[in-house]
Amino acid sequence: MQGVTTSSSESPSFRVLRRFRSNPVAIISVMVIVFFALIAGGSLLLSATGHDWPCDPNLTNLELKLLPPSPQHWLGTDNLGRDVLSRMMHGASISLTVGLIAVAVSLGIGMVVGAIAGYFGGIIDQILMRAVDALLCFPTFFLILTVVALLGPSLLNIVIVIGLVSWTGTARLVRSEFLTLRETEYVKGARVLGQNAWHIITRHILPNAAAPILVTAVLGIPDAILQEAGLSFLGFGVQPPQATWGNIIADGKTYLLDAWWLNLFPGLAILIASLSFYLAGDALREAAESRS
Amino acid sequence: MISFIIRRLALSVVLLFIISIISFFIVTLTPGSPYPWGELNPKISAEVKANFRKKFHLDRPLHEQYALIMRDLFTGNLRSIKDDRPVISRILERLPATVALNLTAIVISLSFGTLLGVYAARYNGHWQDALGSFIAFLFIALPGFWITYMVVIALVKGFGVPILGTHSYGIEFPNSFASGLDTLWHLLLPATILALGGIASQSRYLRATMIESLREDYIRTARSKGLSEEIVLYKHALRNSIRPIIAGIGMVLPALIGGAVVIETIFAYPGMGRLGYEAVLERDYPTLVALNFVVAALVLLGNLISDLLSAAVDPRVRLE
Repeated sequence: MQGVTTSSSESPSFRVLRRFRSNPVAIISVMVIVFFALIAGGSLLLSATGHDWPCDPNLTNLELKLLPPSPQHWLGTDNLGRDVLSRMMHGASISLTVGLIAVAVSLGIGMVVGAIAGYFGGIIDQILMRAVDALLCFPTFFLILTVVALLGPSLLNIVIVIGLVSWTGTARLVRSEFLTLRETEYVKGARVLGQNAWHIITRHILPNAAAPILVTAVLGIPDAILQEAGLSFLGFGVQPPQATWGNIIADGKTYLLDAWWLNLFPGLAILIASLSFYLAGDALREAAESRS
Repeated sequence: MISFIIRRLALSVVLLFIISIISFFIVTLTPGSPYPWGELNPKISAEVKANFRKKFHLDRPLHEQYALIMRDLFTGNLRSIKDDRPVISRILERLPATVALNLTAIVISLSFGTLLGVYAARYNGHWQDALGSFIAFLFIALPGFWITYMVVIALVKGFGVPILGTHSYGIEFPNSFASGLDTLWHLLLPATILALGGIASQSRYLRATMIESLREDYIRTARSKGLSEEIVLYKHALRNSIRPIIAGIGMVLPALIGGAVVIETIFAYPGMGRLGYEAVLERDYPTLVALNFVVAALVLLGNLISDLLSAAVDPRVRLE
């Protein structure tokens, strides 16, 4: 019972952070994510100032095409002689942007729908949840592919469509949190005091549901990254010449036997980046759920 | 139970109605035209264009178009813009391959997901548990198209093993058993890759409920009776943790069919996923609407079956 006194003086978010930090898997995955973020930010910054490193991702040189990894081109060159490492560094920013913005969109919609359904209940809840049920019947990736293909693939369309399609999980989670929390003493107290619904939702309920919502957000990022990579692979992702991890693989599939590096490295980047987000999200969930 | 099924079917009709409206408006309201010859092709006379519009009801207002599409869908008269064949028969000829692929993927993900989940729960808090979680997230994080390419190239080019399509071409099989084995072989690899995500999610669900179950009194009783750990785990604990797994079948179905788009495309597997991809490329509106409808109906059917199965394996579940 020694822990009780210390943990009661500790704020809940600090306790979650402390448990999260004591998990080595969490630390490593966050470091990997920061590494990718630095690469993404760095390459954008360098190319904005005109100092592309190692070189311009769109600089073609047919004399240097399909070169294996070498000291000049660490990850080799593609069929147009472009440096794969430079292209992948620019691809990092696309993947992270897609992940973050798509999650922001889906989180926004999911929280609003879930909060309204869970707080007000009744017929509103019924209607909203039937809409969620209907959306859950669509094969997600196929739905995204259809809309992006018909609207025309662009970074903006892709993030919005991924966000619009993937909010159902968040809505369900937020709704169930609200159903529990609206019966708590402090919410009832706030209602007795005559506070309006907006105030109760934003000040009393949402902060207490923050941890599980944050976990779904973190776990949603790699989903979006993988979906964008799949779209890119089918030719409906962010369009060339803009490099993405998915379209480097798609471009390289013709030369797969001669140029394995066009497939291996971007694939590993997608894998490692999404895996880190999943592991970090899971560690966060564990830290938030545990009582000690 | 009969009244449960009836009520669920009624709800499904409502959901299918919403789904048909959503998919109809997605395909019709997006910019672009379905003309197979391109919008501005000067070689096509105005008369041909008008006939085309009339044939596919594109000259009517949207709500009438929707009603006509649904009428044609149910009477079997809905025709593909691509090849003018009835959409229903285009879908039906892909249905067996899709059902075979998805069922195999579900069987694979259930069996391996169960093993992985039990393993992680058994060693909860130890390194084996962390390893199990790592494997599960690795499976989810693997880009399907990437790993498919790696495997296809390794097998086809490296070993000369035929894996594309549903059966090997140019080989005469002595009997139907051998050709059945050949079909199974062609099914196994795409189904396994498709199942990776399912293995992961099933193992995560099972791990969570198994950890709860293993804390129960009857587990302590079973252990103190001297039963072997395998019997305690797989007979006593697993039976009481199996319900979320079965409920999960309905949940993984949309992900499976969606994920099949990429994998069927690479494996040249004639399933509904590839049909959908081709329909997207050709802007074949009737096929897209019908396909979404059929897939949604399959998903609802899967949900219903998994609910009935839950009640069958767990008497505590009441179908209400």
